[in-house]
Amino acid sequence: MAEITEVPSPFCGIGTDDLTIQVDGVLLKVVENGCAVNTPAFEQAITDTRPRVDGKDVSLDVAVAKAAALLKNTNQPVIGGCATDVNGMRALLALADRSGAVVDNMNFTGARNNFLALQDSGWMNTTLAEVKNRCDLLLVVGIDLEGFSPRFFERYLWNKESMFMDDTAKREVIYLGKAPSGTASTSPDGQTALVFECANEDLPDVVAVLRALVKGNPIRVDSVGGIAVADLQGIADKLKAASYSVVTWAAGALAYSQAELTVQTISEMVKDINDLNTRSSGLPLGGKEGDQTANQVCGWTTGYPARTRFSSGFPEYDPFLNDANALLANGEADALVWVQAFNAKAVPPETALPTIVLGRSGMTFAKEPDVFIPVGTPGIDHVGHAYRMDNVVAIRLKKLRESGLPSTSDVLNAIEQAL
Amino acid sequence: MLIKLTGGAVYDPASGIDGAKQDIYIQDGRIVDKPVGDFKVDKEYDLKGKVVMSGAIDMHTHIGGGKGNIARTLLPEDHRADPVARTDITRSGCGHAMPSTFVTGYRYAEMGYTAGFEPAVLPVNARQAHMEMADIPILDKGGYVLLGSDDYLLRMLTAKKDQKAINDYVAFTMQAAKAIGVKVVNPGGISAFKFNQRKLELDEQNSHYGVTPRDILKSLATAVKELGVTHPLHVHGCNLGVPGNMNTTLDTIQGIGGLPMHLTHIQFHSYGTEGDFKFSSGAAAIAEAVNKNKNITIDVGQILFGQTVTASGDNMRQHANHKHASPNKWVTMDIECDAGCGIVPFKYKDKNFVNALQWAIGLETFLLVDDPWRIFLTTDHPNGAPFTSYPHLIRLLMDRSFRNDVLSTIHPEAQKMTTLASIEREYSLQEIAIMTRAGAARLIGLQDRGGLSAGNWADITVYTDNADRQLMFEKPDYVFKDGELVVVDGKVVHTKWGTTHVVKPDFDASLEKDLQKYFDRFLTMKLGNFKISDDEITEDGRGSLTVHPLKGDVA
Repeated sequence: MAEITEVPSPFCGIGTDDLTIQVDGVLLKVVENGCAVNTPAFEQAITDTRPRVDGKDVSLDVAVAKAAALLKNTNQPVIGGCATDVNGMRALLALADRSGAVVDNMNFTGARNNFLALQDSGWMNTTLAEVKNRCDLLLVVGIDLEGFSPRFFERYLWNKESMFMDDTAKREVIYLGKAPSGTASTSPDGQTALVFECANEDLPDVVAVLRALVKGNPIRVDSVGGIAVADLQGIADKLKAASYSVVTWAAGALAYSQAELTVQTISEMVKDINDLNTRSSGLPLGGKEGDQTANQVCGWTTGYPARTRFSSGFPEYDPFLNDANALLANGEADALVWVQAFNAKAVPPETALPTIVLGRSGMTFAKEPDVFIPVGTPGIDHVGHAYRMDNVVAIRLKKLRESGLPSTSDVLNAIEQAL
Repeated sequence: MLIKLTGGAVYDPASGIDGAKQDIYIQDGRIVDKPVGDFKVDKEYDLKGKVVMSGAIDMHTHIGGGKGNIARTLLPEDHRADPVARTDITRSGCGHAMPSTFVTGYRYAEMGYTAGFEPAVLPVNARQAHMEMADIPILDKGGYVLLGSDDYLLRMLTAKKDQKAINDYVAFTMQAAKAIGVKVVNPGGISAFKFNQRKLELDEQNSHYGVTPRDILKSLATAVKELGVTHPLHVHGCNLGVPGNMNTTLDTIQGIGGLPMHLTHIQFHSYGTEGDFKFSSGAAAIAEAVNKNKNITIDVGQILFGQTVTASGDNMRQHANHKHASPNKWVTMDIECDAGCGIVPFKYKDKNFVNALQWAIGLETFLLVDDPWRIFLTTDHPNGAPFTSYPHLIRLLMDRSFRNDVLSTIHPEAQKMTTLASIEREYSLQEIAIMTRAGAARLIGLQDRGGLSAGNWADITVYTDNADRQLMFEKPDYVFKDGELVVVDGKVVHTKWGTTHVVKPDFDASLEKDLQKYFDRFLTMKLGNFKISDDEITEDGRGSLTVHPLKGDVA
């Protein structure tokens, strides 16, 4: 039995890298600094180790040959999931380039809210260490932050010491939209967060009014989405008075039509605050299960985020038309490759098309795919790299055990070679 | 395999050869002397009438790292105008302002370039820089690690740590980030912006640390020199783009007290405040100072007209510049108590007075600096223009009548504010070879690159001599990388992977104890997870590391 320290996690998005994990053969146990997201993700047992074709155990070579045969004469394969490490994405994009596939990260519809805002007007953002050392006011919009990242507050807000604040417990936290599910946002002094709840679909109005108040524009109603304008004025005043406010949101949690406009309003508001003689930054949450990794690698390989097609021989980005689910539903695809090396529960969409799955061991299916290849999980079964939520830090994932499971890139490279 | 390149006119400034007809022999990737006795040439290229240079080296080009990828993500419309299709031997991608990594490699090689150096590798983002550069085929690459607004260094300066301690920290960071040089961007200014300072003069204090840009420049330039790192401190100075910043630049040159210093994209730092528009050329004064101070090297950061995107670590100045964004969208980031970045799309217009004069200032600088060994051909890709505009820029430098033709089309008031029309100088082929090859290799400290004598790696570009220098430099007949033929008639015919150039200066290991405490207290990752291991560069079987000697090393 071995104990491995300073283990980085690709699961929680906030780049925790202080886990201590006990390794007993292929069994893992998080013994220090686990959380509700990371502990089960690391400890999940290996069940499948052998690839299957039509439900029967086969060798990896046979599975790879079958996958290549299924892809060989396709016109429009779709590669979905795209939940893997940097090398996995490199191999995935090479295969897509060769086979003329559409590449679509499974979290893209959520992330699209950010990309559309970014590509229309941009933003001023920050990263976790700046939050840890500078943030004196955290405004959380439309998300239960501790549900999203259980250790966010412990690591980045209630840290004992900061370089630029005498007392981190004096930081203020305001929730707008969703209420916190627990007490992680309560300061070590016992100061609870201010909470202003509203329905998700009222967030566009609420955020728009907040931005107007920041800019000093008159508002002629008393309340919006059930929140008193006086309360929003209070938030606006705090944002203007803070030295380094941080406004955070999770694109995927803004699950309503045209939520990109909410992201844009938040981001433009942050810019406005920076023109009012103080500093403020946005902090988009994300980075779970390779979503930032997919977009980063696709970004440098093609110029575009990970909803891009190669069917014309060159990359073409369309954040709506290249949606894997839409392509499958509309009969525009003729094969599905599903890549999900992190989460056994994230199964492919149901389809009658030939389906090849590279999945985390333990994935179960309502309908057995034509080919299932259990792959290693980056950061557990092999080394790798993954981006955390702030998109700047690529964490170096460790190999914790000898499972014999191949990496995503090994398998996808083999399929590409076989083509 | 023995390859012979027969009868070309060789321009090899590293050996003092200026256009002499010479044969070159290549074996096992390197240039070799003509074998003695009987020997068999496996492949011969008849280069009569051709011009032979070593592969070009871009010593300052933003080809790897987070800000470049933000720039890519920001501009899908730019990519759509320049799609690049897959071929049997090349990957698909996109081109124009901020090309995809694969296309970056192909297009550089197709212009005869065989190496490019990313000048702004944030320590905390160095993994990304190397991962992106690992996906650039054919080229060798390397990076200058960015220091000067990182809180650890600023804390050291405030605490008046001695130079030895600073040297250790610089050496540690170079090793951790796998760098070959050290860069500073708006010294202390990236940090100051986080404290809501919106400008920072050379002698103005960071409001939290009480440290000035001048202090930072001296400490880092001294560290680089004392560590024996060949590439001098690579400086993106204060006040980028601000009218009147020529005085800051002159003061920076004087103030460094003779230490080696490289001033990058100096065009953006050479502005006066004369004339009706309170914007004028400082190129003559800057060039005079460069000519006088032999410790100074520069690259120009020429702007060329058209759409591009500016991507810089200078969040302070980029935030100020966002009002010029075209299209109007922009990003700034504060990054990890380490650095920052700002991405602002720009469309430089020849009919815009300021842009037109910027164009002229860059060219004046090229033409007024005497010593081609101390000036380098850059557009600060993509900030002044995409690297694909280099052949056009070379023609502007080599062909006075072409230059004056273009000059006559720019904003008329800008024409009045530049001395360009009266400058007769035309660069020679040898001077171009110095700026883009031998000089760059010497400046960076690349062993066995940038020259054509025996022992050098066989990075070789062959052009057809053509009075139209743009056509000549756009389309080399042949490009060899490490002895392998990769380009024929300006098209990639074969791809391979280049190496990553680094230096590994020593440091006192006890430094890591203090750093570990600092990381645990204030940063968001463990020190052990911060350092990039050699494996990370080499484990995919494509990458390799080439460690270059430090000054004072015994070869």
